[in-house]
Amino acid sequence: MNPITFHKPQTLRDASDLFTQLDNAAFVSGGHTLLPSMKQGFAAPDHLIDLNQIPGNAQISIDSGCLTIGAMARHVDVASSTIVKNAIPALAGLAGSIGDRQVRQRGTIGGSVANNDPAADYPSAVLGLGATVITTQREILADDFFVSLFETALRPGEIITAVRFPVPKSAGYAKFKSPAARYPQAGVFIALFELSIRVAVTGAGASGVFRLTQLEQLLAKQFDSAAAQSLEIDTKELLSDLYATQDYRANLVKIMAGRAIAHMGQASVFK
Amino acid sequence: MAIIHLQVNKQAISQDVPDQTLLVELLRDTLGLTGTHTGCDTTQCGCCVVLVDGVSVKSCTVLAAGIQGSQVTTVEGLSSGTQLHPIQEAFMEHHALQCGFCTPGMMMSALDLIQRHHQPLTPELVRSEMEGNLCRCTGYHNIVKAIVSASEKMHAANLASTAPQVSA
Repeated sequence: MNPITFHKPQTLRDASDLFTQLDNAAFVSGGHTLLPSMKQGFAAPDHLIDLNQIPGNAQISIDSGCLTIGAMARHVDVASSTIVKNAIPALAGLAGSIGDRQVRQRGTIGGSVANNDPAADYPSAVLGLGATVITTQREILADDFFVSLFETALRPGEIITAVRFPVPKSAGYAKFKSPAARYPQAGVFIALFELSIRVAVTGAGASGVFRLTQLEQLLAKQFDSAAAQSLEIDTKELLSDLYATQDYRANLVKIMAGRAIAHMGQASVFK
Repeated sequence: MAIIHLQVNKQAISQDVPDQTLLVELLRDTLGLTGTHTGCDTTQCGCCVVLVDGVSVKSCTVLAAGIQGSQVTTVEGLSSGTQLHPIQEAFMEHHALQCGFCTPGMMMSALDLIQRHHQPLTPELVRSEMEGNLCRCTGYHNIVKAIVSASEKMHAANLASTAPQVSA
C-alpha cells in the first residue's frame, strides 16, 4: 500500500477537524472495504482518520417505535443483539449474513452505509425500511442519502453517528450470494408498515441500491409472493459483470423478491 | 512511523513501523512469525486469521497501528512448548490438512469459534461459521471433523472457557 499517516482522534469533533485540516484524508472504521480498495489502488488517501478510539458510537437502543443503531456497531453486534432480533429480525439476519465471521467482527454499519457499495447488504435495509441516517451535521432520509455507486449525500468531513430505523409490522430479506466473493448478486429487502410497503434492491442496480416501486404498488394491492412474478424489470438499469448478466440479475431480483415475501420475519440466504 | 506496542503470544513487543503496515506484515516480516500466511490478500481466504483480544480477524485487512495495545495470538501461540494444543492434535488425528497452507488460519478461526460456544459444536455450525476460511485442497470434511472433535475435547477438559485468550 502507499504510505499513509494514521490519526487517532478521541472525539468526533477532532475527527471532523482533522479531515478539514489534512489533504486527501479518509475516515476508517472497520476498514474491510477501505483497506482492500487501497491495496487495489481504487482509493489512495494520504491520511487515515481512525474512528475506533471515539467512545459511545456503538449503542443499540429502541424508543417509541424506532430502532437506533450506533454507526460503530459491528455486524456481529447487530446480528446478536436481542433488541434488534426482537424489533426487526430480518435486519439482525441481514447483519449476520454479511461476508463471513471475521468480516462481521470488524465491519461496522456506519462504514457500510457511508461506503455505499452497490453489492453491500445494509443499504437495502436502510432504504427498504426508510431509515434516517444521523450524522455529525444533520439527519438525512434514506431516500435522499444513496446517490450512486460509492456515492452518498455525505459532505466532506461529515461522519455518520447512527442509523434510525422505523420498526415495521414485519420485514423480510432474501439474497442470492456469490459463492466466491460472498456479496449478494441480488438482495431484496421488503418492509411492511401499517400504511405503506417499501421494497429495496441491492447487488443488482447499475447505480447502486434502488427502490422497486413497481413491486411496492403490486404488493399494496395484494401482499403475495406471486406479485413478484409479474414484475417487469428494466434490465438497462442493472449491473452486469463476469458472473451475472443483466437478464440473470433481473430474474434473481424477481426470485429473491418472491422468497423475501414468502419468508417475512427473517433473512434468507441462497447460493 | 509510529511505535506499535502489542502483546504477541503473551510477549510484549514494541516495533517502529510505517503506519500503512498491515498486521500480517508486522507478524511475518518484522517479527518473523511466518506461521500466519498471506493467501489471497483480499480478505477472502482466511489463511491470515489471528486473534486480536480473543476475536478472530483477517490480519491482511487490519492495520497494526489500528490495534495499538492489543493482545495478539497467532498459530505459534497455540502450543505450550512441545505440548500441542487440542486443536492441533485434532487436525493431526483427523488428517485435516493436505498442503497445510490454510491450516494456521483454520485453527485460529476454530479457536475463536470453540471459545464462543458453551457446548460442543455441530458440523453444520462449523461449516457456516468457518465460511471465511478456504481450503483449496478442498479437505473440508476432515477439517470439520477435527474442529468438532477439538470442541468436544476442549469442553470436556473445560478449556473452551469464554475467556478471550488461549487457555493452554
